[in-house]
Amino acid sequence: MRRLLFIIQKEFIQIFRNKSMLPLMTVVPIVQLIVLSYAADNEVKNVNLAIVNLDQSAYARQLINKIQVSDRFILVDAPAAVQQADDMIQMGSVDIVLTIPPRFERTFLRERQGEIQLLVNAINGQQATVGAAYLSTIIRSFNQELRMDVSPRLVVQKQSTSPRIDIESSNWYNPDLDYKYFMAPGIMGELVTILVMLLTAMNIVREREIGTIEQVNVTPIKKWQFILGKMIPFLVVGIILLMVGLTAGKIIFDIPIRGNLGVIFAYCVVNLTAVLGLGLFISNLSDTQQQAMFTTFFFVIIFILMSGLFTPIESMPQWAQHLTIPNPIAHFVHVMRSVLLKGSGFSDVLFSFRVTVVLAVVFNILAVWSYRKVA
Amino acid sequence: MSSIVVDRVSKSYDAVEAVKESQFSVEKGELFGLIGPDGAGKSTLFKMMTTLLIPDTGDILIEGFHTVREYKKIRKIIGYMPGRFSLYQDLSVEENLQFFATIFGTTIQANYHLIEEIYTQIEPFRKRRAGKLSGGMKQKLALCCALIHEPKVLFLDEPTTGVDAVSRAEFWDMLKRLKSKGITIIVSTPYMDEASLCERIALIQTGEILRIDSPENIIHGFDKPLFAVSAQNFYQLLQDLRTQPFTERVEAFGEFLHLTTKEAISTEKIEAFLNFKGHREIEIHPTTATIEDVFLDLI
Repeated sequence: MRRLLFIIQKEFIQIFRNKSMLPLMTVVPIVQLIVLSYAADNEVKNVNLAIVNLDQSAYARQLINKIQVSDRFILVDAPAAVQQADDMIQMGSVDIVLTIPPRFERTFLRERQGEIQLLVNAINGQQATVGAAYLSTIIRSFNQELRMDVSPRLVVQKQSTSPRIDIESSNWYNPDLDYKYFMAPGIMGELVTILVMLLTAMNIVREREIGTIEQVNVTPIKKWQFILGKMIPFLVVGIILLMVGLTAGKIIFDIPIRGNLGVIFAYCVVNLTAVLGLGLFISNLSDTQQQAMFTTFFFVIIFILMSGLFTPIESMPQWAQHLTIPNPIAHFVHVMRSVLLKGSGFSDVLFSFRVTVVLAVVFNILAVWSYRKVA
Repeated sequence: MSSIVVDRVSKSYDAVEAVKESQFSVEKGELFGLIGPDGAGKSTLFKMMTTLLIPDTGDILIEGFHTVREYKKIRKIIGYMPGRFSLYQDLSVEENLQFFATIFGTTIQANYHLIEEIYTQIEPFRKRRAGKLSGGMKQKLALCCALIHEPKVLFLDEPTTGVDAVSRAEFWDMLKRLKSKGITIIVSTPYMDEASLCERIALIQTGEILRIDSPENIIHGFDKPLFAVSAQNFYQLLQDLRTQPFTERVEAFGEFLHLTTKEAISTEKIEAFLNFKGHREIEIHPTTATIEDVFLDLI
């Protein structure tokens, strides 16, 4: 026991003697939290729009006014010819081009129908589809107003005869759909996991590179003492990191903390135990820090992109959804969001707990098994 | 019972046979040297003896314990100083010593008498990080860390490589004093001049042990005629002697050439030949062999 305590003490001395550690534990998470929470916003705003108005009628002007009122679009330009607008799409300075054909108003009044063209730059998928959908909604409502205008009697008649469904939606747990509330908790979970995994993955392999492990291996130190001596300090580092993150999130974004923080920290311990095991396993299998780094990167990138942090897990293909089950970051993000935003209790996130406990057992068995006290 | 028994041990790395059928034993309290050039297989032998490598064939017993089956018992009773400095560079002198004392389940105080002599020399720097010590200081600290748990057998893999001449001499003095405390010491070195400081040595080359004996016996065993020769044009002298039918081998040895001849020959005869070749300031006399002569003769 004295031996284990001393190994832990030694590891702490080394962690805090490393000049880059303290900033890594405080500044880095806060900066990432701020930058990512503000920047990684899925809401579509600032769609660059060009309108080619070939009609110059009253209706056309009304439509343009209606679009300009919406704050989602920036009217970049109103070129006189379609060709110019095409060029602008080519250059990438415009996401959507709306063309109002000549005699738009006249055909509408005479033939009771009009045509409008939307050209969408689909390079940026989300901006394009969501932007086009917004624009279509605006045009549809404009269309309804026009019909009222032209033949109010007809519309009234129609309305009274055909039943209509009005949709009234409300956003639970995040009524204003504040994106930061949604992102910040997830990013915290992700950050803690990555940092701890990287630090541990680099640790044993560093001892191997410097040669210290050779001296330690000839001692009667037990495998589990060595592994545990490595894990506990990094577990503590991870928990401190989460505290720093939660405090920063509360102060900067005023993120809601509806659930029990105890559940979050309990989950954090389980999650970090799993991640530490994986990190040490990677470290044991690597000969150089570079190898360890690249292997960790492989896992980290898959873990992040498939964590549901940026793209919802529900919209992944079925096989990919199965792959997210053994992903510790996915569970951390889920637990953070559920507990902080929704106030979920222990029983609500039990599935995540169970899976992570299994991961922790598997990864740590691998870590102890792969640590050989021979060269 | 011998302290170390190495019985027909072989070890290969892929296609390279690093150690071939090695066999030797070291008595209790003996100072034993493994002498050989770089790449001879010394470190591989050390790693097998210290339980870090498993031999392909053969057995090694340390104080009666088998290195594969009873490695746990061995790790409690040996001290090992790897060829490369292997202490924590970011921990201080004191912290390193404390660390190794603790993982061996002992304290610095309990075995201070063993390291006192060495430790007092580095004590002024005890708060300094190990990475910031000089080469000689590092060796002393490493030796302290290898001794702190009062080992029965001490393994020192090239402890004097990269250390200055004064520190080297001091280091060997320390080893002699440790030996007087009854610790078995096995040390490897590429320096032939250090061989005579051991009680017995094994000459090792490309994984094979060539000879095992005391340094004196090894030197006495060299029965070929040996001359020290010098002349004004040293390089021409070397060239001329190499091509002679009576020459077995010529090697540069400081300011003299060491000439081994195939059969007995008088100094006058060699001198006459060199005069004939036009050499001046010729100096020639029979000389006694060194370990290096023996070693070069064996390979």
